[in-house]
Amino acid sequence: MVEFTLPKNSKPTKGKSYPAPAGAKNVKRFDVYRYDPDTDANPHIDSYDVDMDTCGPMVLDALLKIKDEMDQTLTLRRSCREGICGSCSMNIDGGNTLACLKPIEDCKGAVKVYPLPHMPVIKDLVPDLTHVYAQYTSIEPWMKTDTPPPSSGERLQSPEEREKLDGLWECILCFCCSTSCPSYWWNGDRYLGPAILLQAARWINDSRDEATGERLDNLEDPFRLYRCHTIMNCTNTCPKGLNPAKAIADIKMKLVERAG
Amino acid sequence: MAAYNIVDHEYDVVVVGAGGAGLRATFGMVQHGLKTACITKVFPTRSHTVAAQGGVGAALGNMAEDNWVWHMYDTVKGSDWLGDQDAIEYMCREAIPAVLELEHYGVPFSRTPEGKIYQRPFGGHMRNFGEAPVQRACAAADRTGHAILHTLYQQSLKHHAEFFVEYFALDLMMDSEGCRGVVALDMATGTIHRFKAHTVVMATGGYGRAYFSCTSAHTCTGDGNAMVARAGLPLQDMEFVQFHPTGVYGAGVLITEGARGEGGYLTNSHGERFMERYAPTAKDLASRDVVSRAMTMEIREGQGVGAEKDHILLHLEHLGAEVLHQRLPGITETAKVFAGVDATKEPIPVLPTVHYNMGGIPTNYMAEAIQPLPGKPDNVIPGLMAIGEAACVSVHGANRLGTNSLLDLVVFGRAAALRAKDIVKKGAAHRPLPKDAADLALSRLDRIRNASGSMTTAQIRKNMQRIMQNDAAVFRTSKTLKEGYDKLGQVSGSLRDLKVSDRSLIFNTDLIEALELENLMACALATIAGADARHESRGAHAHEDFPNRDDATWMKHTLAWIGDDWKVKLDYRPVHTYTLTNDVKYIPPKARVY
Ligand SMILES: Cc1cc2nc3c(=O)[nH]c(=O)nc-3n(C[C@H](O)[C@H](O)[C@H](O)COP(=O)(O)OP(=O)(O)OC[C@H]3O[C@@H](n4cnc5c(N)ncnc54)[C@H](O)[C@@H]3O)c2cc1C
Ligand code: SF4
Ligand code: SF4
Ligand code: FES
Repeated sequence: MVEFTLPKNSKPTKGKSYPAPAGAKNVKRFDVYRYDPDTDANPHIDSYDVDMDTCGPMVLDALLKIKDEMDQTLTLRRSCREGICGSCSMNIDGGNTLACLKPIEDCKGAVKVYPLPHMPVIKDLVPDLTHVYAQYTSIEPWMKTDTPPPSSGERLQSPEEREKLDGLWECILCFCCSTSCPSYWWNGDRYLGPAILLQAARWINDSRDEATGERLDNLEDPFRLYRCHTIMNCTNTCPKGLNPAKAIADIKMKLVERAG
Repeated sequence: MAAYNIVDHEYDVVVVGAGGAGLRATFGMVQHGLKTACITKVFPTRSHTVAAQGGVGAALGNMAEDNWVWHMYDTVKGSDWLGDQDAIEYMCREAIPAVLELEHYGVPFSRTPEGKIYQRPFGGHMRNFGEAPVQRACAAADRTGHAILHTLYQQSLKHHAEFFVEYFALDLMMDSEGCRGVVALDMATGTIHRFKAHTVVMATGGYGRAYFSCTSAHTCTGDGNAMVARAGLPLQDMEFVQFHPTGVYGAGVLITEGARGEGGYLTNSHGERFMERYAPTAKDLASRDVVSRAMTMEIREGQGVGAEKDHILLHLEHLGAEVLHQRLPGITETAKVFAGVDATKEPIPVLPTVHYNMGGIPTNYMAEAIQPLPGKPDNVIPGLMAIGEAACVSVHGANRLGTNSLLDLVVFGRAAALRAKDIVKKGAAHRPLPKDAADLALSRLDRIRNASGSMTTAQIRKNMQRIMQNDAAVFRTSKTLKEGYDKLGQVSGSLRDLKVSDRSLIFNTDLIEALELENLMACALATIAGADARHESRGAHAHEDFPNRDDATWMKHTLAWIGDDWKVKLDYRPVHTYTLTNDVKYIPPKARVY
């Protein structure tokens, strides 16, 4: 007999249903993507009916309630539960966001929970982020200076210079943006994507950094930077309200200005 | 026992933990040429340090006259004289170069008009030995921890530090002479890794999750503390658990003390600014234990707000939208998301919430772990260090001042690297490991992975958390502590009936949470046992049957050993009543008024 195995992450099939506890009056359904690497079978969607009267307000609260009370095998990353560590990024109701900041209330009907799109999945809602992390390292995201720092004091930076970093330094590396970007989906092997380019902009705009030219050189490349076609998905999805599309546009501007 | 796929590694140093403390130690070690691995259960920038908001303390004097000796005085007073003054001197003096170094690494601090690091007032930080609040907290808006953690990770990348990310450390490997390494589980593949090291540095953070409501992340589970306890070594001063005055009512997430530093204040149901009664000088900026007790008193006396009269209000609305947007953008957002409150218009409902563990692995000021021997209370155990919230140096004593933790991370992370440079010989050969070195880790892993009882991790965890929340709270009595200890004994016994449902070895978070639960249990037991034994009130330990501080009997550190049967054995060691140098004199105990 010939066996076909579809590629991982292909269209998931229907899985198990978990009913709400008896007597629950205010029930909401969560349809959650499951992938078990041990069986290597196709992913499936399990449905959990959660009692909203005993559940916290965010999607993360519901997922942890499912894990605690209904199905201990459900697997996801989480840590801070307040939108600052970037662990719980996933695709909820069709959009990439942080489960801990996404109110259940905002989801009409059954809540659809998937891993970040177009990333290899390790298990359930846990994507493999090795490649984006390596891309982060590749832009050398640390302060570069030739001038030694003052021996007994800080490098001075005016409040106006410091303000140029606002909207950049707050990035939590959740990669909601990169995994919503069509250019990144298709060219992610070489295109850096919005999250990493925003980080590049964070250093290019730091008045204390002395490697602006070198940083721009490294980006002036048809793939690393110029795959951005200003589709804006990144900015629309960023759960921290940052604007990677603008950061990318600013880098492009700087390159144009430099070319004179 | 099932056959596990085992991989062996050899390093000069292995750091467990990639929060602020672990990262600062890791690249410091690399800078000194030591072959170093950093093992972490979460990607470094997801460590709990990222959540720190208000600032890092250093007497830079950028905005008002300041002096590291005043900082030292405040820290000693804040510690309620349980802190070791040699270590406190070291930290407060090193604070200034340490924070400037952070700036040089690129931390995006907020700035003064002259371009210097912006500093704000914080609880317990005063000018001229307690005169009036001083601006000492160096801040990057209200996301200082995020700014520092990301910068330290970037420095680690710059130095090509070797990371083992999403590796869960299980247990230490010990021999008769000391610590020889650590065993870890690679979560993504399920392989076991034995790391041999001349020095292991524990930087695993606190154990806030022993309580039901806390400001700490889900990953704050005291793993390092428990690993040390299982190695037969003591934990120190575990009864001192800090309640932060302003956790958001219900959600438990934090509103930084910097909010009060910027001019915020608390009111009760009469709209009264009650802190003026409890702390006439420092008012809303008194030390955390003082403010948390005052709030609890108000609520007990029926002066809480809300339908249940069970919380307090924090006012920021008078500061104006512009100040909030510029200086406190993160908490303005937090108030909106987690309390449904527009902080520019209405007060935020708050409640004292578990926040920080002063106790941990005892160390000296060079970060070396201590195993007291008869007549040698400061005996160092070879091959083991501890830093950050997991350690008890002790610079925080019975109560930590805000901003002194981020400071502790970078100062003692650096100190660990400096000490390792002196005591570890680069590339020295490793003695062969004892045959059974990894047995403790593997048998524990195997037992829990195959646990097939009837109670889930979540059930047992909740039972433990409820007991801690009710019986080891802001105020304690002998009755609650005794009952709590007994109940906790039963709950720890119920671990024999644990059920783990996920049998896989690949990213098995059911297994990880069960391992973490055992770690939390060890910490919880040590906390409540130490609290029951300490018949006085000091800092965060407010014992209603013994409301006064008793320096004659109790100015000493508690040591707790946790047995295989979960029984706790206690002993004590002296507080260091001396300074490190002759630059400052020992600060003798006196009454603590704010
Ligand atoms: C909400 C909040 C706000 C705060 N604000 C401030 C502030 O303004 N100023 C201040 O000074 N302090 C503040 N604190 C306190 C301070 O942030 C923490 O005490 C400090 O960050 C702890 O740092 P750490 O490096 O010791 O541990 P963490 O940052 O908690 O890191 C622990 C590390 O250990 C790793 N780890 C743990 N267990 C294992 C294991 N078994 N195997 C492998 N790795 C493991 C984790 O992956 C992580 O990398 C705040 C705390 C909270 C909760
Ligand atoms: S604007 Fe650029 S980076 Fe953002 S989604 Fe579009 S193509 Fe991607
Ligand atoms: S820019 Fe926004 S969405 Fe993208 S990684 Fe940073 S925080 Fe996440
Ligand atoms: S759990 Fe940290 S961002 Fe959601």
